[in-house]
Amino acid sequence: MSWTRKILRVNLTEGTCTPEPLNMEWAKQYLGQRGLATKYLVEETDPNVDALSPENLFIMATGPLTGTMASTGGRYSVITKSPLTGAIACSNSGGFIGNEFKNAGLDMIIFEGKSPSPVYLYIENDKAELKPADDLWGKSAWEADEMIHAKHQDPNIKIAVVGRPAEEGCLYSAVINDLHRAAGRSGVGTVMASKNLKAVAVRGTLGVGGVDQPQEFFEAVNAGKKVLADNAVTGEGLPAYGTQVLMNVINGVGGLPARNMRDVGFEGAENISAEAMNEPRASDGKPNLTTNGACFGCTIACGRISTVDKTHFSVKDKPQYHGASGGLEYEAAWSLGADTGVDDLDALTYVNFICNEDGLDPISFGCTVAAAMELYEEGQISNDETGGIDLRFGSAEALVACVEAVVSGTDFGKTLGMGSKLLCEKYGKPELSMTVKGQEFPAYDPRGIQGIGLAYATSNRGACHLRGYTIASEILGIPVKTEQADSDGKPELVKAFQDATAVVDSAGLCVFTTFAWGMEDIAPQIDAACEGDWSIDKCLEAGERIWNMERQYNNAAGFTADDDTLPKRLLKEAIKSGPTEGQVSKLGEMLPVYYEVRGWTPQGVPTAETLSRLGLS
Amino acid sequence: MQKSLHLDPAKCTGCLQCEMACSYEKLGEFNPSRSVIKVFTFHEEGRFAPYTCTQCDEAWCLRACPVDAITMDLTSGAKIVIDDKCVGCKVCTISCPFGTVNYVQETGKVAKCDLCGGDPECAKACPTDAITWIDANATGYDRMKAFAEKSLPSANTSA
Amino acid sequence: MHHIIIGAGPGGVVAAETIRKTNPNDQITLIGNEPAPPYSRMAIPYLLVDDIKEEGTFLRSSDHYHQQSIEYLQANVTGIDADAKTCELSDGSSLAYDQLCIATGSTPISPPINGIDLPNVHSCWTLEDARQILSLAKPQSRVVLMGAGFIGCIILESLVKRKVNLSVIEMGSRMVPRMLDEKAGGLLKKWCVDDGVGVYTSTKVNAIEEADDGMNVILDNGANIKADLVISATGVKSNTTFVKDSGLDIDHGILVNNKMQTNLPNIYAVGDVAQGMDFSTGEYTVQAIQPTATDHGRIAALNMAGKNAEHSGSLNMNILDTLGLISTSYGLWMGVEGGDTAEIYTPELFKYMNLRFGINDEADVLVGATTIGMTEHVGVLRGLIESKVHLGHWKQRLIDDPMRIMDAYVASTQELDNVV
Repeated sequence: MSWTRKILRVNLTEGTCTPEPLNMEWAKQYLGQRGLATKYLVEETDPNVDALSPENLFIMATGPLTGTMASTGGRYSVITKSPLTGAIACSNSGGFIGNEFKNAGLDMIIFEGKSPSPVYLYIENDKAELKPADDLWGKSAWEADEMIHAKHQDPNIKIAVVGRPAEEGCLYSAVINDLHRAAGRSGVGTVMASKNLKAVAVRGTLGVGGVDQPQEFFEAVNAGKKVLADNAVTGEGLPAYGTQVLMNVINGVGGLPARNMRDVGFEGAENISAEAMNEPRASDGKPNLTTNGACFGCTIACGRISTVDKTHFSVKDKPQYHGASGGLEYEAAWSLGADTGVDDLDALTYVNFICNEDGLDPISFGCTVAAAMELYEEGQISNDETGGIDLRFGSAEALVACVEAVVSGTDFGKTLGMGSKLLCEKYGKPELSMTVKGQEFPAYDPRGIQGIGLAYATSNRGACHLRGYTIASEILGIPVKTEQADSDGKPELVKAFQDATAVVDSAGLCVFTTFAWGMEDIAPQIDAACEGDWSIDKCLEAGERIWNMERQYNNAAGFTADDDTLPKRLLKEAIKSGPTEGQVSKLGEMLPVYYEVRGWTPQGVPTAETLSRLGLS
Repeated sequence: MQKSLHLDPAKCTGCLQCEMACSYEKLGEFNPSRSVIKVFTFHEEGRFAPYTCTQCDEAWCLRACPVDAITMDLTSGAKIVIDDKCVGCKVCTISCPFGTVNYVQETGKVAKCDLCGGDPECAKACPTDAITWIDANATGYDRMKAFAEKSLPSANTSA
Repeated sequence: MHHIIIGAGPGGVVAAETIRKTNPNDQITLIGNEPAPPYSRMAIPYLLVDDIKEEGTFLRSSDHYHQQSIEYLQANVTGIDADAKTCELSDGSSLAYDQLCIATGSTPISPPINGIDLPNVHSCWTLEDARQILSLAKPQSRVVLMGAGFIGCIILESLVKRKVNLSVIEMGSRMVPRMLDEKAGGLLKKWCVDDGVGVYTSTKVNAIEEADDGMNVILDNGANIKADLVISATGVKSNTTFVKDSGLDIDHGILVNNKMQTNLPNIYAVGDVAQGMDFSTGEYTVQAIQPTATDHGRIAALNMAGKNAEHSGSLNMNILDTLGLISTSYGLWMGVEGGDTAEIYTPELFKYMNLRFGINDEADVLVGATTIGMTEHVGVLRGLIESKVHLGHWKQRLIDDPMRIMDAYVASTQELDNVV
């Protein structure tokens, strides 16, 4: 099994917590976490609900491998309808809380309705209780975390919590767990806060058992760990440099966007790279990077634990930020850095701390600041409106001021909290928003790297690299090298990555394993752990089923093929210099092929045949 | 050659594979809360420290036990709890100055590291060699043990 | 070389074993005066709830002493002659020793009240006492426990598990006054009362009277509690009577130095009978706790076997499980004047932790502690106190959050700050 087969249903309106059995029919079709929780969402809600209304569901879900010795098996996801995009939201997080849910005997928690006043959910094994959170409301995620630990006097409680921006309706609020891990994207934290749910605190000591075939499981798990250890990326690159290993690589191949994607190539990339994080700094001789740290059960350990230079302007009068905390990973370093033109590593690290402290998605925040900078430089936003922030590209002071504005809820902070799309619309320049379906881009330029553009355009949760990470193939040659400038073959590549990723996200594993693992490494672990047939083909079929289910949800929510697109800048404005000079995204060539490969109509709708093949109605 | 666990905090990433391996070996389930090796996380310092019984020569736990429920495994040198004899009086838990014998509410007995009979699962599960099973006289192992023993005045004996 | 150890409790047994381990060829005689193999009183509460049989209280297996070539003798020692180096036995014979270890423990004090000698009034000390209690403490029996000290609290749980109707009378202002402070003792009382136990603190038993339907226990507040069984657990005293004319220096117990030597050559004393050095105060006291007895036994034995072993005192420490609420105290749990304190107190969760720091050079050294409701890693409190670890910046962190005690210990002993 490896599922606990138990769900906790929390009705926030009524204030009740009711356990119920997991629907095992669905589990055998949708595996767990992303897939299974989405199935519940699809079955139980109207896709057209207002994401911030009580009618939306907010689901925290683990996978069958969460809490087992499968490497990286500590993940959990938040599944809900996104207020940022209006599409399905599924944000995956590591840290330690996923295992804690599992050890409390829960596969999933479904939150319904809205509490009349702020509450937090406290779970201790079989006990679950909504507790008043009036004193926690208005506190940062870190403060609330500390207060909850103090209330229960149990350092082993794991906590997922939203910060102040979520309470204020900032549309890219994250759910922070274990202080510096986040279900970061698509504003899932905003949904949580809209339900007056400040935090979920859990302590589980029941154990995760019932592995279906223990001997096969340990064989598969140990083989998988060896593959990760022997692989250059997962065995050496990620532990030493984190995902930041990519900064100089992507910049070098002409794939690093800069300044709201106006440019490709960032002259300051080296200053904010993994290599820079390892350089001793002048003030105290210590590097930015203190150590690498792992999430639960992870044998890769890509996590960065960093400090900010105590003499840096951002923290010099704030000793509370002088200790080590979660450092920059690549996407954050890019969005906070290259995309805003800021190459001040300490400023980026500080802003990243604040994103963790108060629950912001650093990608969306950085990109929104970048859009605001362009609007400011073009004269759309005045100095008055910024509250005096001189919002120029490259200004570390402006970046720091912006994050402080968002978390403290100033007028301009609230404006930034709308996200890039609404911000650019507000100032009459929607074309300056670098978003798909309302969600901001990550750190790879779709003009310089073609496949990722198709992945962005078709991602079910809006622009995202983690729904089909074709960079692995297009840049790193995993599992096979494809040319980054080519559009041929990319639709097939994108589909393959999307389906496989859906499996990984539904199993309880981390997608970073796929730098080394193929489905031939993953499927045996799932198959040995779970009852039922989880051969490679069955796994991939489940992945495809999940993808199509998400697509149907979005279609029902009003999305059409017209939304599978990229900003005009990426389709029309050629790269001005560097190795990819002259390129634009060839999305128009790839998209129809992708629909065909998917078994969808030219309008992007799954055909009846496709649906029936996948057991979807 | 007697072997012992070597714990190297500098190499630990805090992944808790050791805690899962330990609990699976003892309970047949993944339950870090019941592991007798624990990883301590120091968030502000960015440090992780695996920690378990050093199987110290003083054997405070063994001597304090009123019912002889802790004995020494002569092959591995481990001080092991005999569940059938342990009455859960907890005297060993306050006697062990390393804090590595713990009372388990679920069983009503105490639990401590028994070196898995001479083949510790935690060491096998550790992906970074922060926990290794090596010859007892290798350098480094004795650091934690030596520290505590030299500074525990009531342990001062000389031959 | 002939070693005689008088007393077969944990201190005596550990002494015998340690001598054997150190000197394989010496002759060792272990003398016990109860009609049972060496056993541990600490195990009696578990006997009372049928967790174990009498054999479960025995120290070591039946052939252990034979295997170790330790002669186990059941006899009463009536005196010692230090000049002749002999022990006198009740049968008139005597035994010659080269080295002698007195480990005769302690016995319960009988409070001087009328009725204390009634047939259904018992102490809870020996296996024979346990047998009497087992026969009288039936479900719904009315039981009065005199004394909510350490021993009282240990048997309290056994009595509740036997489903008796229990009342506890304690002279002191709180439960376990010699081990727990006001807050801890108060939490413990509330816990017991919540569980249906009648707890009367600052209350004395004036007399016990026979009645038609059992006994009347008359309290100093005038109240009268009906009882079928009264258990007296009002304290213990060292068993020194048999050596009072031997020339040994005796105060509350037999005075020993930091090698467990008495004032007479070749005579050692250990455990409850010994008045040894207290680690925290440097003063000489009778601690009457199991870990001290075994520590004593080991130190004495090494010296008897010709080694040089010293200790700098035994740390007074206790752990109690009272109806599932676990309490501990260590060292100077009451604090020292001018020393800092770190405390958390959450009565609604029955959680309490109080850390006491020293003064001057030891301002960042832990000198005492009390915990309620904590089971994980409690031993490090001993480690930190006994090893006098300077906690440095961890002291402030503990003042902010005492629950981080294990972090403080690991960080301080593994020198984590220096690891890169």
